[in-house]
Amino acid sequence: MSQTEPKYENTIFDSSAAMSEPDVKWRETVRLFCANRAALLGFIFVCGFILVGVFGPIIMPADPFEMVAPPLVGPSSETYFGSDYLGRDVFIGIIHGARPTMIIALTATLVTVIIGLTIGAVAGFYGGMIDNMLMRVTEFFQVLPPLVFAMVIVAVFSSDIVVVILAIAVTTWPTEARLTRAEFLKIKEYEYVTASKALGDRNFRIITRIILPNAMPPIIIAITLRVGITVIYEAALSFLGLTDPDLVTWGKMIGQSRDFFFDAWWTVTFPGVAILMVVLCIALIGDGLNDAFNPKLRGR
Amino acid sequence: MKQALIQRVILGVILIIAVMILNFFLLQAAPGDVVDAMLAEAGGGDPELAARLRKQYGLDQPLYVQLIKYLGQVFRGDLGYSFYYDESVAALLIGHLPTTLMLTLSALVLAVIIGTLFGVYAALKPHGIFSNFVTVLSLFGYATPVFWLGMIILLVFALYLPLFPAFGIRSLPQPENTFDRIFDIIHHLVLPTFTLAILYLASYSRISRASMLDVLGSDYIRTARTKGLSEFRVIFKHALKNAAMPVVTLAGLQLAQVFSGAVLVETVFSLPGVGPLLYESIVRRDFPVILGVLFGAATTTIVANIITDIIYRWMDPRIKSIS
Repeated sequence: MSQTEPKYENTIFDSSAAMSEPDVKWRETVRLFCANRAALLGFIFVCGFILVGVFGPIIMPADPFEMVAPPLVGPSSETYFGSDYLGRDVFIGIIHGARPTMIIALTATLVTVIIGLTIGAVAGFYGGMIDNMLMRVTEFFQVLPPLVFAMVIVAVFSSDIVVVILAIAVTTWPTEARLTRAEFLKIKEYEYVTASKALGDRNFRIITRIILPNAMPPIIIAITLRVGITVIYEAALSFLGLTDPDLVTWGKMIGQSRDFFFDAWWTVTFPGVAILMVVLCIALIGDGLNDAFNPKLRGR
Repeated sequence: MKQALIQRVILGVILIIAVMILNFFLLQAAPGDVVDAMLAEAGGGDPELAARLRKQYGLDQPLYVQLIKYLGQVFRGDLGYSFYYDESVAALLIGHLPTTLMLTLSALVLAVIIGTLFGVYAALKPHGIFSNFVTVLSLFGYATPVFWLGMIILLVFALYLPLFPAFGIRSLPQPENTFDRIFDIIHHLVLPTFTLAILYLASYSRISRASMLDVLGSDYIRTARTKGLSEFRVIFKHALKNAAMPVVTLAGLQLAQVFSGAVLVETVFSLPGVGPLLYESIVRRDFPVILGVLFGAATTTIVANIITDIIYRWMDPRIKSIS
């Protein structure tokens, strides 16, 4: 299988070409990123969404479950984005949905990255039998269609928010693991790693202090993009109703309006636009990071 | 070639067995067992009857015995029984998987072909308008939830511009002659297929543009040009094959993801595939069906991966010598 490994790992952006030189120029990267208007715009927007998630429910304490209007009324000055089939305010729902959407996306990404980084780093660093075994496990997880597997996990255990987060992480870590492994395989051949070994450094130190920092650029880009993918993933599970019943999420708002959207386009359009906007901005950040880490590859 | 293939098949069989074992343990973890489901369907029964049935079904035996029995059953094609549908899970899968497969594969093929062509065209003028369009398209392709896109497409092309049917896979009543019937099914599949294809097409066009740019800068393309070949020949005969390689690889690897997307799209368009089957079984907590779908989906991916591997080897003869 190793021969058919893709040059362009899963994400739509090419991160494989990052890092040909050992030292990562962080300051230069930040400068380049800030000079990229689209990326900066994405960053500001994402910060805005986070602020909405944190402060929105405090500024607009209205209960998103409360029926404030007649059902399926179009956008007006009273309900900006209209009302859903139970007369709930779509706008208030979007404001209140920002927080759970982001918490789930960020936590699930964190867990995904922890699993993926650990397995990828161990496999890439030690190689041989360990690598072989871990890669077979990774392959096993890759043949299970992620959403189907996550649906099954939530169905078998519970739709508790912790289970949802774990289900997302368990079904998506292989991408991060493969990327990390590829970077480790490459970097461990560099001279400064050999030097570190010769100095008698422990393996743990070599992995975390020597190789990992140099493997970071493509991994950071992948993590950024992973946050966006997780937002959509979580929305898909919520859309299918596989989430905590007490939470309002954007995906769930769309899912609950499924039988009514032909009569009320606003019930699905606005929550969907919210998802689209957030993920688009995350993509702009990822793109900007990609350009900033690999200035030579701009525009690819 | 043959040896590598045999290796792949053996690995595939091992993966399928691993999926079975996973399935078994998930089934154990699921609340309730066959006997509970049976009694629920029969309208309840006393604990004595339940105990007798459990013994009859071997549910009182140690876990590893049950596992071996389960593996044997699955190998014989027995994936359990759905008391709700009053049908075996295997029969349900055979009834529903083809629709999902058709949707997945046609969307994937469409995405690979159109995506590659977009990428090639964009690479010819790397700073042109079309190239920028590909960049924007790929951003939207990444950021759009597929189920939402499906609903918006339904609103536009089935409600506001009623060009396509909104739900299901065939009209009722079905047209009389065979040709009309096939056309009818295709007509129903256009919107879902495009919904699914657009997202992947977007990312493939960007990837194929990048690889095309790489290839166009290589020596052998310069040689082809110096030989005086027409630009058309250089692009489509020489460059395209190598430039399409990453896209084909990625498409093969993404099969499981596209399958997941198909599950969502089917739910939106009410197609009779495994998506709605899975969704309804989850609502009804019909665990044999739920796990049967997982098994069917994984097996499909494994088989499809082996097929992509063969296509890939056929496209790139350099691999033959390696593994």
